[in-house]
Amino acid sequence: MTSESGTAEGRFAGERLKLSPFYPRQEELNVREAWSSWNGYKFAEYYYDTEFEYFCVRNLCGTYDICPMQKYEIKGRDAETMLNRMVTRDVRKIGLHRVAYCVWCTDEGRMIDDGTIFRLAEDRFMLTCGSPCTAWLEMSAWGFDDVTVTDVSDELSALSLQGPTSFATLKKMGLDGLETAKPFDIRLFPYHGETLMVSRTGFTGDLGYELWVDRKLGLKMWDELYAAGADYGIQPYGEAATNMARLEAAFIMPAMEFNEALRTVHFEHDQTPFELGLGWLVDFKKPHFSGRAALLAEKERGPVYTLTKLDIEGNRPAEGAHIYSNKRCTREIGYVTSAMWSPAVKANIALAMIETRYLDGPLWAEIYYEKELRHHSRVVRCTQQSKPFWTPARARATPPPEA
Amino acid sequence: MKNAPLSLIALVNSSPRETRSLDRYDSIIVGAGHNGLACASLLARAGQKVLVVEAADEPGGLAATREFHPGYKASVAHSIGRFSEALLEALDLSAHGYQPAVRELPLVGLDESGSHVTIRSDSVTGVDNVDAKAYRDYSRQMARYADALKPFWSKTMPRIAPGGLRDMLTFAHMGWAIRRLGKADMEEFMRVASLPARDLMEEHFSSEILKATLSWDGLLGSRMAPRSPNSSVLLMLYRMAEASRGAHGIPSGGANGLIAALVRSAEASGVEIRCGTPVSGIRIDADEQGLNAVGVTTAEGEQIAAARVVSAADPQRTFVELVGVEYLDIGFTNRIRRLRCDGLVGKLHLALDGLPEFTGLKAPEGRLLIAPDVDAIEFAYDDSKYGRCSEKPVMEIVLPSLADASLAPAGHHVLSAHVMYVPRRLKDGWSETAKQAFAERCIDRIARYAPAIRDLIVHQEFLTPADLDDEYRVTGGHWHHTEFAMDQMLMMRPTYEAAQYSTPIPNLFLCGAGCHPGGDLTGLTGHNAARAILR
Amino acid sequence: MSQYDAIVIGAGHNGLTNAAYLAKAGLKVLVLEKNDYIGGAAVSRELEKGWYYSSCSYVCSMMRQAIHRDLDLSRHGLLLVPYLGTVNFGDGDERLLAYHDEEAAHLELKRHSPHDADAMHRFQTDLTRYSQLIRKTLMRTPPDPTSFKPRDIMEFLFLAKKFWAMGEKEIYEYVRFFTMSAAEFLDDYFENDMIKAAMASPGIIGTALGVYSPGSSYILLHHVMGDVDGSIGAWGLARGGMGAISQSIASALKSYDGEIRTEAGVDKLLVENRKAAGVVLENGDEIRSRIVVSNLDAKRTFTKIVDKGDLPEGIYEKAKNFKIRGSSGKVNIALSGLPKFTGVPDNPYLNRGGQGFCGSLETMERAYDCWKRGRWSDDPFIESVIPSAWDPTVAPAGKHWMSNFIQYCPPKLADGPWTPEKRDQFGQTVIDKIERYSPGFKDLIVHMEVRTPHEIENEIGLTEGNIFQGELTIDQLFFNRPFPGYGQYRMPVKNLYMSGSSTHPGGGVSAACGANAAREILKDLKRPNTVPEDDFYDE
Repeated sequence: MTSESGTAEGRFAGERLKLSPFYPRQEELNVREAWSSWNGYKFAEYYYDTEFEYFCVRNLCGTYDICPMQKYEIKGRDAETMLNRMVTRDVRKIGLHRVAYCVWCTDEGRMIDDGTIFRLAEDRFMLTCGSPCTAWLEMSAWGFDDVTVTDVSDELSALSLQGPTSFATLKKMGLDGLETAKPFDIRLFPYHGETLMVSRTGFTGDLGYELWVDRKLGLKMWDELYAAGADYGIQPYGEAATNMARLEAAFIMPAMEFNEALRTVHFEHDQTPFELGLGWLVDFKKPHFSGRAALLAEKERGPVYTLTKLDIEGNRPAEGAHIYSNKRCTREIGYVTSAMWSPAVKANIALAMIETRYLDGPLWAEIYYEKELRHHSRVVRCTQQSKPFWTPARARATPPPEA
Repeated sequence: MKNAPLSLIALVNSSPRETRSLDRYDSIIVGAGHNGLACASLLARAGQKVLVVEAADEPGGLAATREFHPGYKASVAHSIGRFSEALLEALDLSAHGYQPAVRELPLVGLDESGSHVTIRSDSVTGVDNVDAKAYRDYSRQMARYADALKPFWSKTMPRIAPGGLRDMLTFAHMGWAIRRLGKADMEEFMRVASLPARDLMEEHFSSEILKATLSWDGLLGSRMAPRSPNSSVLLMLYRMAEASRGAHGIPSGGANGLIAALVRSAEASGVEIRCGTPVSGIRIDADEQGLNAVGVTTAEGEQIAAARVVSAADPQRTFVELVGVEYLDIGFTNRIRRLRCDGLVGKLHLALDGLPEFTGLKAPEGRLLIAPDVDAIEFAYDDSKYGRCSEKPVMEIVLPSLADASLAPAGHHVLSAHVMYVPRRLKDGWSETAKQAFAERCIDRIARYAPAIRDLIVHQEFLTPADLDDEYRVTGGHWHHTEFAMDQMLMMRPTYEAAQYSTPIPNLFLCGAGCHPGGDLTGLTGHNAARAILR
Repeated sequence: MSQYDAIVIGAGHNGLTNAAYLAKAGLKVLVLEKNDYIGGAAVSRELEKGWYYSSCSYVCSMMRQAIHRDLDLSRHGLLLVPYLGTVNFGDGDERLLAYHDEEAAHLELKRHSPHDADAMHRFQTDLTRYSQLIRKTLMRTPPDPTSFKPRDIMEFLFLAKKFWAMGEKEIYEYVRFFTMSAAEFLDDYFENDMIKAAMASPGIIGTALGVYSPGSSYILLHHVMGDVDGSIGAWGLARGGMGAISQSIASALKSYDGEIRTEAGVDKLLVENRKAAGVVLENGDEIRSRIVVSNLDAKRTFTKIVDKGDLPEGIYEKAKNFKIRGSSGKVNIALSGLPKFTGVPDNPYLNRGGQGFCGSLETMERAYDCWKRGRWSDDPFIESVIPSAWDPTVAPAGKHWMSNFIQYCPPKLADGPWTPEKRDQFGQTVIDKIERYSPGFKDLIVHMEVRTPHEIENEIGLTEGNIFQGELTIDQLFFNRPFPGYGQYRMPVKNLYMSGSSTHPGGGVSAACGANAAREILKDLKRPNTVPEDDFYDE
């Protein structure tokens, strides 16, 4: 485990944000100096212009730095059993060189975090997630004879390449054989004496890949990728564009759609997978996993809230809006978690937590907006959507189209 | 059976006999300690087909008598304070040969110069009149509190949340029992209940030996010292709950006399006991329906099936080793992991070729305490916090051979001492040398009160908590399986979701000292568990 | 005929608060103070020309913002300023820097243990949950558990409802937390000893318990449940020193026509027909009033001020048994410059925070072992802060003063009574330890004042020098504080009340005890309530 901070190397060493291996290129491209932070890394909110970056992802291809994302290597004879008990999906069903999206919960069935599990060998996995999870992983591994958990976050360079021309870009880069890679497949390529791992995964709901390589090769990979992608419109995109793309794909975010259970002060202010519409990730055919009993009860009872995809009348983004069961707003039944005007589908979209028992009835949102410093509110009708807002066929096509 | 709890009598007498296949046990009890045996008997009396499997060659666990030197025998539990009288009757133990102690063992606070303090349940000698009167008031007050709490030690503790009316009634009942003491007594109880032993003693007495001696039963077996708040008064009250008021005795045959009677009673009700059969795991059936405990696997690989498994082993051993964490939720596992299970009591056994003489004592009868003042106990504890043995250990000495001649050759004797504080993990690790050095230190301490003791020693043995762990399969060598402290009591013992004797795994139950109400030779956890199972 | 409606004995911050609320309700109030200055333990004193020491209490976080706002203390000159970043010093070279910024704090913890850095989130979440429940009780009068009066029953129901709302698991965790030792509680979260030591240190401040003593985790909470503007666990300094708090409350009191008399030590409580009727001063003067409020600690009140014969049976013994143990010392140092500490980045943000010389759990526990034996440790736990780095009013420009709080210091020494020489040796031990971490520190010292429990008791009258006016153990908390049956500020003598930290919610510069007592007094006198119950927390 590397320790980037220290007290010896300078007055503010311990407080400075860490730099991604791609930073030399990002710094050059971040024309607006729009930096924020993620897990202790200096991180681009956007590089040049959010909407431009967003269209890059939907129309060409873009790269998103996932170095700050947490990555854990879990290995040993008991690694599969340990993970299988921790997450709600059946890890035994994840084939070699396959990836699965998973959630893990407390004993009470409240969601701690979501992430992806990569099966790299019979007894070796990689788990990625948004927030540090070391303490929970170690707690989960306690009592098993042979399993080790290593934080490899700072040992890898990881870059997400998303968008319609992503496949063409990688092909141009010389990565042969990717055309057979289905969504959630992993392919390995020899790369300058190391291995480049490419997974067909992403956080945009579109065709896309994630590239994983030893940290020291990060910059080389960036340069080769950008050289290959030059003709395909490759651009970096930041947090803001990611947030737009993921909302169109109806992907959930911590601190937006759900509150991490271990950081929740108030009783049941966290969420269950069923409330988040992730019941399909909970595999009750598995005899046991942490939270099974609580989730079984929840399933029988039905979730109190349900995360709902809404198409909202008008064009005012419904950020922070309350949801009511009638136009007079006498019965409050939920709240919007994320909302925006979708440039791709030309709709006013939102995710909202709504009391399940009201889902069959009408839904109204009270939207607050501002026009030249005057504040207004408007009550508008909401329509439920059953599918994610953005679902291009190329996202699932194998082989994928080249543009 | 007029003293037996009504619920128990009703269950034993009227439970419908279960229909069962001939080759399958209704219950397998893991561990033939006194709680395991009591639980087994009660289940068998209700018509179950019961098997008890025990790793050791003899039943009894920490109460089992073993020969530590040819001709000399001792058990870790050298006297009995409060075995449940209701259970004695329910299991008809006297019919099975149990002869309770004829005499109460006084608690004797030894004094180097010979002016000892002798405490019996109703009086104290060796102190001035003020202290003697204070003791009468004190013991009456404590007896009132002990009586108010008594019913709850043999109740199944309620769960707080989805429990429904019955659970709430238990709470209401508890509040009422305390309120019924009267306003002044209730107020005083709510203050005194969490006092450190030292403060309680300071408020009542002036004799240093008396203070230390009366503190003893609030501390023995625990990770507590006289200045530790919150749990020692409760431990005292727990130990005072029976009519004996916590006075110890040695039954005929020693602690083993009780075990032998329990075994006979169990066998008479049809319980099968297999000793020398260590269990390597509790078998869990795992399918789409979830989990189910279906039997045990022995160390030799034999699989024994049963409708349920009842573990008298400690919670950590039960869940982590015998079940395996893969069948448990992560938070639950963590709660089991963090149970404080490190024992702090060592055991010294001396084989003596004569009766030792203690300065100023007519006969070495009773529980003889070497703890001249509360600070001596406190300072002995201090060493153990840093993984060291006490520089000046404090101890309780009993000569069980005085009550039970079978423990030593004629005219010879056995000295048995609970020594505090002995860490489970010595900072530099336990070794034979470290053990011997500490045993010598203990004997030096004894020699200050019994100067000729060394001449009588034929053989000596010292058991550290680590030895108890190895020898008796009790995690950490902790007498109570896990610390008897406020945060590990009542509905938190061993942890919630396992505090009502059932566990998150269907058909797996607990009946050992790690459950409510706790440790010591009481039989109560076995009793309570049997009732919960039959309910 | 009474000269006053109410007399408050002792012008500590709670006494002043109590008086201010009574005066605000229109009562004629007199506060009597034995010293020639007011404030009790919340004082700023110029003991060296140009330097104003907060000679006793030195930081605050528990000051109730409802009272701050309600008595309009900012208009009376009070400004509470949060300070950032504390450096914790290990036994050796380890340093744990407490950054205010979450990312920086996480990185710093990760340097010691990635596991603990992550576990810190769960720890803080849990502590916040516990704090929120306790904080709801701070500005409320504890119910009487033996009573069947509607008011007490309603109050219990209120608390039960809050308790219930935590959910089954957290109820157990809460009870567990409440009765454990700080060290064992922390074991559930952390593995690194430096981190555990830093987190455990609030569990021993001011108390005669060690980090391994059951009950110390509540003390830990008592110290971190305070906040500055909603940021739980943050500590603040009062501009002008802690005396500014007392001065502002006194100013509020005067604005309501309350009266303060200094150098007026009270000798006896005047009791007539078993009712308090006034006080007799040390100079023999008699002042009469309808009610008397003692802001002194419970032991002092019932063993020194009230005649034993005026008390119902058993109260004197209760007072004698009241646990009020001196365990802390204080060393105030005027410095000619800002000290530099080894192993700490030379960073102006960090150098303005506090210092925790906690060493390790074992070092702190060994210091407690020394205290039990009537000695002080050669390696004591020291909590320091340099208020002058934030506050330009407490030291000459460019000069500094450093507050050092020492745990433990025994009220009675095993080898005879405290003497000026022994006091100075104690002070020497403290600066020797600081010098270990800050070579050259001693050369900066301009003036130094050492306070052992002996000095604290003699000067401000806290029995044994106990900063909480009584141990914060379960037997002396909530409705048990100060004694069972007297948890509602009314004392065994009619018309006598208590308002000091010997009452609920206990020690700390919170002003809650004084305010709660005023609420009960006004109820008895059938006056409209002037005391807020809500603390403006949106929880």
